[in-house]
Amino acid sequence: MRSRGLAAAILAVLCAVPRQAFAQDGPTYGLGQPAAPSDIAGWDIDVRADGQGLPPGSGSVRDGLKVYAERCAVCHGDKGEGNPMDRLVGGAGTLASANPVRTVGSYWPYATTLFDYIRRAMPFNAPQSLTAEQTYAVCAYLLYLNQIVPADAVMDAETLPKVQMPNRNGFTSPDPRPDVHDRPAP
Amino acid sequence: MPDEPVSLPRRLGRRAFLGRGAILTAGATALGTVFRRAASAEPGSDLPPNVPPWMTQQGAPIVSPAYGEPSPFEHDVVRRPRAKTPTMTASSSTTPLQDLHGIITPNGLHFERHHAGVPAVDPDTHRLLVHGLVDRPLTFTMNDLMRFPSVSRLHFLECSGNGLWTGGTTKSTVQQTHGLLSCCEWTGVLLSTVLGEAGLKPNATWVLAEAADAAGMSRSIPIDKALDDALLVYSQNGERLRPEQGYPLRLLLPGYEGNMSVKWLRRLKLGDQPFQTREETSKYTDLMPDGTARQFTFVMEAKSVITFPSGGHELRDHGFYEISGLAWSGRGRVTRVEVSTDGGASWADARLQEPILTKCLTRFRLPWRWDGSPARLQSRAIDETGYVQPHRPELVAVRGVNSFYHCNAIQEWQVSADGAISNAV
Repeated sequence: MRSRGLAAAILAVLCAVPRQAFAQDGPTYGLGQPAAPSDIAGWDIDVRADGQGLPPGSGSVRDGLKVYAERCAVCHGDKGEGNPMDRLVGGAGTLASANPVRTVGSYWPYATTLFDYIRRAMPFNAPQSLTAEQTYAVCAYLLYLNQIVPADAVMDAETLPKVQMPNRNGFTSPDPRPDVHDRPAP
Repeated sequence: MPDEPVSLPRRLGRRAFLGRGAILTAGATALGTVFRRAASAEPGSDLPPNVPPWMTQQGAPIVSPAYGEPSPFEHDVVRRPRAKTPTMTASSSTTPLQDLHGIITPNGLHFERHHAGVPAVDPDTHRLLVHGLVDRPLTFTMNDLMRFPSVSRLHFLECSGNGLWTGGTTKSTVQQTHGLLSCCEWTGVLLSTVLGEAGLKPNATWVLAEAADAAGMSRSIPIDKALDDALLVYSQNGERLRPEQGYPLRLLLPGYEGNMSVKWLRRLKLGDQPFQTREETSKYTDLMPDGTARQFTFVMEAKSVITFPSGGHELRDHGFYEISGLAWSGRGRVTRVEVSTDGGASWADARLQEPILTKCLTRFRLPWRWDGSPARLQSRAIDETGYVQPHRPELVAVRGVNSFYHCNAIQEWQVSADGAISNAV
């Protein structure tokens, strides 16, 4: 009796939901609103390693020096030497040493990540305040300080993804763990 | 307490604890008084045979305050900054594991790791955007998300930086060595349910999860995990998420390194490759001795730690104590925890307290009689895959000391003859 009543109740609930909601190729619950392309454009700020997501604009090493001095140097040092915040320059050849120095130049595998991260998170006291031109310029300057691009380099959606980072092939996956095997429990 | 003759530590074994239920029961009561002994030693009007003042007058009225707080006597049970950092917004604080009981972390004591502070997100204007390689890009309000069929699950959350490769100092407490660890009942909707509404393109293999904080904190999630047990969470331990835990919406990836459970979640973008964000390249990658770095090391491997007694505690009397701690595995359930009181020379099975849940903290307990001699307390967890928590030298032999993340080494606490507990380094 009780289970039959329950089944009837469930059936009633199911019938109350529009049939369309259960279509195999459509949404089940019909919740959420279609996202307008203009709304997506405002939020879609990520940049992939292949450059997808990079905006129009460009920035030079020379322009980057100025932006960096005004907006970045107070935390990262005049030449990216760090203190109080992360060191950004140097460390080449140290990763296998007892005291590895992980910087943009020595460690980061993709130059595009610089643009992505600066655009979303930097400067620390005013994230998302740099223009695309300023962001490209800071990328150019940091790559120059790390001796990865020449002094006359200009970064844009074409050139930035093509920058060969020194540690591009320094990362391994998939995860090899478990990689440590203690003696089996008795 | 008068000095007692010092003898060798009692060796722990299965047989030693058979038929000790009575001792265990009595001890559970005695344990609560361990730290009160000093107070009772001093004369005072609140002690027997006198009647304390709280029995002779009305107590505080209801709703004072409307949202209850711990007793003022518990004022030391707080989160503490893990380390000195250049800013207090890109920083972390730790859970006081030494003061907690059971497996649930109170919401106000859940560890914090923020990259740009705690944003004050208005739930009425917060939106979750799902787009990229989907059939129907969708925007969800919090009201939309809370209308989906919900699930509640208990899971631990651990920062992959929890645990100290260098072992800390002799003064380290368990809050300092293991405090980037918490466990809550999380309520929300399965991520697979919400992704189903948008419809996945066949080539959607990765999901970018992005926060609404001032770092736009973002990580790439493999689609298999997203469609397995990933949750979009809006409540913890029965109430809405705390701001520090991502109010009004966070991702929760059971068993994976905490950083991937993106807080203040605002955007999910489906793609056909990882997005190579700063937090999965420059950070949260594990540098090996040969100079290469492991990327996408997501799972938190099996681990355990004794929380009582632990660094900073003091055993004031000889006699019965219950060794107690936490064990967990990102690969599933904990099946066994072994405890040693002699630095690993011999081991005894601890009792695992129910519930024993997948990717959740498990409380373990072992009765112990301290005879006043020095002891070395260790625990090691074994999970349902058969994996055994390793000793630090074994980990270091493979990974060196510069990988920073994913240290799950066995922790040792030293008990000195005067009852002081210190970190073994």
